[in-house]
Amino acid sequence: MDVILGKKLGMASFFGPAGREFPVTIVQAGPCKVVQVKTIEKDKYEAIQIGFENQKESRVNKPLTGHFKKAGVEVQKHLREFRFEGAGKISVGTEVNAAMFHEGDNLLVAGISKGKGFQGPVKRWGMKLQGKSHGTHESKRGSGSIGQCTWPSRVWKGKKMAGRMGSDKVTIKNVEILKVIPEKNIIFIKGSLPGAKNGILKIRKMEA
Amino acid sequence: MDKLNSLHSEQIVTDRPDFHAGDTLDVHLRIVEGNKERIQVFSGVVIQVKGTGVGKTFTIRKISNGVGVEKILPLNSPFIDKIVKVKEGKVRQARIYYFRERKGKSARIKEVKKGK
Repeated sequence: MDVILGKKLGMASFFGPAGREFPVTIVQAGPCKVVQVKTIEKDKYEAIQIGFENQKESRVNKPLTGHFKKAGVEVQKHLREFRFEGAGKISVGTEVNAAMFHEGDNLLVAGISKGKGFQGPVKRWGMKLQGKSHGTHESKRGSGSIGQCTWPSRVWKGKKMAGRMGSDKVTIKNVEILKVIPEKNIIFIKGSLPGAKNGILKIRKMEA
Repeated sequence: MDKLNSLHSEQIVTDRPDFHAGDTLDVHLRIVEGNKERIQVFSGVVIQVKGTGVGKTFTIRKISNGVGVEKILPLNSPFIDKIVKVKEGKVRQARIYYFRERKGKSARIKEVKKGK
């Protein structure tokens, strides 16, 4: 099994073995518990559901408490599902921790990016600014024309316009582990990761 | 932030002298060329000390052949062999950016006299 849930703790500086300085994201990866196993026979697909961070029982509703009781694990704060081959053979209650990671492993990390609010097309889609001079007036960061004329007499679906930006699921591939502290379940990942501090990350080891 | 730094605090070099803006330092840099390694001394005035923990950096400036040269160095970098504090300067600002415009006689910093 090479999946885990993590929590982004923040970013720091890290000196690699050759002395080079790298920006790192420090992630609390686990300890997690397998709460539910989905099998092909029962659910028509293979997956495991893992929980992260213990939670007071009073903070969780009754159906969910029952779900944890059935699995025989403590009440967890976060639950996420991972689909992969061979997931159906894993038993419920198995502990997942950062000890499975090693320096130099490549990861696939998914998280929810920071919300940016309502943004214009320049920031949201990277559209070009209009010229600031040569007769431009009333508009410098607009998107320009949004379509044609008599045909199609409407705006195409999916036209890039201003709107809510951020809070999207962002997946980053091939991020390298620079350091693992197995006893504390901490991993140091090179570069930045999606989301704010204390955000939940789905972490998966990539096949070499 | 302190909590984050405590996770890899072994990377903090403990024998660096305590210095701040206005001080004159000799920074012994390890220069690696191919498989040979040598020490080069960069001596200049500290313009600023920035950050905390492992990522703490400082800016050091000197005049080399009439041209101002500045280096921003990570305090805990393994490429810094050692730092020697030559003079302790008396300045009022924590970041003496004004020092960049100074030349000749005005580019002097009063030394802190110790002992008395």
